[in-house]
Amino acid sequence: MANSDTMAAPAALAAGPRGPKPKRRMTRGNIIVYGTLFIFALYYALPLYVMVVTSLKGMPEIRMGNIFAPPMEVTFEPWVKAWSQACTGINCDGLSRGFWNSVRILIPSLFLSVAVASVNGYALSMWKFKGSEVFFGILMIGAFIPYQVMLYPIVILLREAGLYGSLTGLVLVHVAFGMPINTLLFRNYFASIPEELFKAARVDGAGFWAIFFKIMLPMSLPIFVVSLIIQVTGIWNDFLFGASFTGPDLYPMTVQLNNIVNSVQGVKEYNVNMAATLLTGLVPLTIYFVSGKLFVRGIAAGAVKG
Amino acid sequence: MALSEATDAGRAGPTKKPTRLFKNMASKIAAVPMVFTALVIFVGGTVWTIVYSFTSSGLLPRLKWVGLDQYERLWNSRKWLVSIENLAIYGICSLILTLVIGFTLAALLDRKVRGEGALRTIFLYPFALSFIVTGLIWQWILNPDLGLQSVVRGMGWESFTFDPLNNASLVMFGLLIAGLWQGTGLIMCIMLAGLRGIDEDIWKAARVDGIGTVKTYIRVIIPMMRPVFVTSLVLIGSGIVKLYDLVVAQTSGGPGLSSQVPAMYVMTSMFGGQNLGQGFAASTMMLVSVVIILVPWAILEFGGKKRG
Repeated sequence: MANSDTMAAPAALAAGPRGPKPKRRMTRGNIIVYGTLFIFALYYALPLYVMVVTSLKGMPEIRMGNIFAPPMEVTFEPWVKAWSQACTGINCDGLSRGFWNSVRILIPSLFLSVAVASVNGYALSMWKFKGSEVFFGILMIGAFIPYQVMLYPIVILLREAGLYGSLTGLVLVHVAFGMPINTLLFRNYFASIPEELFKAARVDGAGFWAIFFKIMLPMSLPIFVVSLIIQVTGIWNDFLFGASFTGPDLYPMTVQLNNIVNSVQGVKEYNVNMAATLLTGLVPLTIYFVSGKLFVRGIAAGAVKG
Repeated sequence: MALSEATDAGRAGPTKKPTRLFKNMASKIAAVPMVFTALVIFVGGTVWTIVYSFTSSGLLPRLKWVGLDQYERLWNSRKWLVSIENLAIYGICSLILTLVIGFTLAALLDRKVRGEGALRTIFLYPFALSFIVTGLIWQWILNPDLGLQSVVRGMGWESFTFDPLNNASLVMFGLLIAGLWQGTGLIMCIMLAGLRGIDEDIWKAARVDGIGTVKTYIRVIIPMMRPVFVTSLVLIGSGIVKLYDLVVAQTSGGPGLSSQVPAMYVMTSMFGGQNLGQGFAASTMMLVSVVIILVPWAILEFGGKKRG
């Protein structure tokens, strides 16, 4: 698309500097670069803007006006309604129930999965035993298996353990499925720690747990944060497991949100729907905006295998 | 296993660490959750589902063999064929567009633009949101009566029509818009990391040879970034096969069957239709498609060189 002019620029450079210094800002190449970036930025940013704006309007204004227009009269009623009055089926206690369910799922899942994954990564990098690499390999392959394949066997396992339909069961499922990526993360991190450190501790007589708690843990705070970020967004955004392994009273926020917005009964209240959607997205969005570079590091660690 | 290793260690002399038995025991005990997950859930679960896909399980799983009957039924079901076709359309478009947009954005950001940080934040934030949230946002924006279509009409273009979610032949593209919005930021990030890893000297060399910027990207940079592209392809590909939440939120599979996808077929036959065998057969087919994506990659990646 930018063929002719962007190609011309370096050619001119190669010919050597001549004439006055060009004003960099106004070149056609730059206009194309910034123009394209601007258009894409609109595509990514507008939905969030529309969501915020819609959630602050009253229904009459929504029916009259333009979804991109800022609200003429700001109202927080849709937010209140989404939080405490929106209906799913017969229950009309709003998204707050789903929110608290999600919190109750998130906290234990977070602790357990990070604990298990860090110990796994530690064992896999510093205390390899016969077959440990095989299990790790299975774990890595498992990350690519569509969840639907394992869904029903897990239902049976949970039912046998008496945990089907409980939050504990769902927590265990999250721990299991968060294991591949987080184990990989910790394994690669621990593998990068100098071996001398480990050997010195061994010489001093420290064992598996002593080295883990006294030396490795204090050194690996950043990777714990990265792992936590991956898990918070992953678990909070889960829909499939929440819908499959819990019942209506225990649905996590995403499932309840979907039920509220896509329920067929009643008049559609778009402002309430958007407020509810924003409320659900608020936790991962906050994590994203606060954590910044660490979030990027987390997904890069997950994506580009180390 | 532990015992034999321990005796080996006992004989091995001073180079081996003296407390090998305990070291291995602690490590093995610590790895119990991992071993359980790997063997029981991942291997066990997958094998179980594959085995039961050859049975006539209906409301409950039972081991009554019917051979390939479930698969025959599956491939004769119109709903399944529509699902496959939909996923193929979505998948091909998503694969190409994600790579193109992801690379373009990364290349543009790599041109040392101003406000790179802010732009990257904007491009990536949708990735933090769930597919449910994504689907609901775009359902609202694509609402024909109040959304984008009505805004453009309101500006004077009365005949403007953009209502993909209620049009059976366009609905997959409506989903695509939302899917790309959510997922391209990730690929952009990976591509940007790849671009940053390329030696500055390459650019200098290209400049000395008088090769244009775009041409350098296409002829030199992209071939150099092959591993990054392969990783992206695997990520996008395995994500496409799993497509489910987005469809549930944005269209619920409608209008009619026109946005059904395989994962949805699995879920409705397993939990809605009490047709477990069909669900198992369909999910096995999903697994097969992932294998088709992964095996060539694994051969490329691990076939030549050995990695620790």
